Amino acid sequence: MKAYLSFFRMRLVNGLQYRTAALAGVITQFFWGFMEIQLYRAFYADHAAAFPMQFSHLVSYIWLRQAFLALLNTWTYENELFDMILNGNVAYELCRPASLYGMWFSRTAALRLSRAALRFWPILLVAALLPEPFRMHLAATPLTFVWFILSMALTVCVTVAFTLIVYFSCFYTVSSDGIRAILMPVTDFLCGGLIPLPFMPEGLARALQYSPFGAMLNAPLRIYSGDIAGRAMAETMLLQVFWLGVLCAIGYWMQKRGMKRLCIQGG
Amino acid sequence: MRLYFRFFAMHLKSRMAYKKSFFFSVVGQFLTSFSAFLALWFLLYRFENVRGYTISEVLLCFGVVLSAFALAECFFRGFDTFSATVRTAQFDRILLRPRSLIFQVLCERIEFSRLGKLLQAALMLGCGIAAAPVAWTPYRALVLAMMILGGCAVFAALFLLYAALCFFTLEGLEFMNVFTDGAREFAAYPLDVYGPALLKICTFIIPYALFQYYPLQYLLGRSSDPRLGLLPLLAPLFALPCWAVWHIGVRKYKSAGS
Repeated sequence: MKAYLSFFRMRLVNGLQYRTAALAGVITQFFWGFMEIQLYRAFYADHAAAFPMQFSHLVSYIWLRQAFLALLNTWTYENELFDMILNGNVAYELCRPASLYGMWFSRTAALRLSRAALRFWPILLVAALLPEPFRMHLAATPLTFVWFILSMALTVCVTVAFTLIVYFSCFYTVSSDGIRAILMPVTDFLCGGLIPLPFMPEGLARALQYSPFGAMLNAPLRIYSGDIAGRAMAETMLLQVFWLGVLCAIGYWMQKRGMKRLCIQGG
Repeated sequence: MRLYFRFFAMHLKSRMAYKKSFFFSVVGQFLTSFSAFLALWFLLYRFENVRGYTISEVLLCFGVVLSAFALAECFFRGFDTFSATVRTAQFDRILLRPRSLIFQVLCERIEFSRLGKLLQAALMLGCGIAAAPVAWTPYRALVLAMMILGGCAVFAALFLLYAALCFFTLEGLEFMNVFTDGAREFAAYPLDVYGPALLKICTFIIPYALFQYYPLQYLLGRSSDPRLGLLPLLAPLFALPCWAVWHIGVRKYKSAGS
């Protein structure tokens, strides 16, 4: 465990170097969030009664998503890992006295954390100071906040486990471009990255709620504002734990099986 | 122009060498804009209209913006990798050749995978044209074509500006994405949805509204002033200041070495 933690720390420090990129990201994400709220405000002005979420809940959802985009999105992949599988350098990784799954899990999580650590607070700070319809509110209750943090941690793990499955699928397909090109827009949409699940048609929203995609950013962002509370919250978080187990198992199995038939090219 | 077609053929051939990967990236591009469409459709399906625009009217608007963007991306995305060209001093090579600089940068890259987006755009546009309550006349059809071309010019100018700024920063500026990809996402809805302040910015600073909002008002019969249909012709003027920045950048350019 200690080895994985230090591996994690190494990647974290490495990622914290890119401050200019982070500033550009912050500005982009802030504008994006602002425009999105503006759009929903137009819908809200005309159809307040038909709105499936409270407006302030939606605003927190959007700001949190923008602030933690680097942590929660389903489309950050490290090209280095794909390349390793492609050019055979993965052999070096196998020589290390640690499990490949554990190593890659900690490095993927560290990359996300380091990116988010530089970006989330300026966005949340400004969002908390904005005038009313745009203002980001505090969590519903202090206890909700604790649940939010816990659920967020679960989401990061679920998302990383999902990403690892994509990495390991490369053992079987060699070229990853195709899978990534198709997965990126699809997963982003299904997990609620474009519009929150409650805005989707009811049947689809319910199905997604129980799918691994509902266990991603959908869960913590709605727990925060109290949009999911009580029994529903407990259910959602149990589902997160369940999917984390399933995705890890699939990823681990794929890696084990991939190893057996892996052939390293080149010398 | 003949040279451009040579480059065109060359890029096409090199892309076709990897057919499967090409196919997947086209599908990926299609899905990216398709998910944007789904988001829009789900919202309008639930609420039926926004600020009085029905789904078919929004689709028409989305179709125009997406077509303009996809066309611009297809042919002008050579500017996208321009930061690397400047940083690695590849730009020296371009300066030495007896052809226009912008022309050469454009020839560096032609993105055929954007066909996916273009296909999606054509579908949206088709749905919009078929369903939107527009009294079609030859003039209105012309206005629609001008909207697409005007929009294409604005996006191309933005790509040029993005590249020109690389002379000063040596790095691509991510926040420029707000004006290109962001505009593609948010200009799917007629711009007055976002309130009057933003509409002003989009008229006088970056002229999105000239090819989107104003001519759309005429197309949809919300305004009977046919002069609004001519506004897309003004949009390409935006390229002038962008070109000026590019020009200053080229003058200032110092090679980065070997």
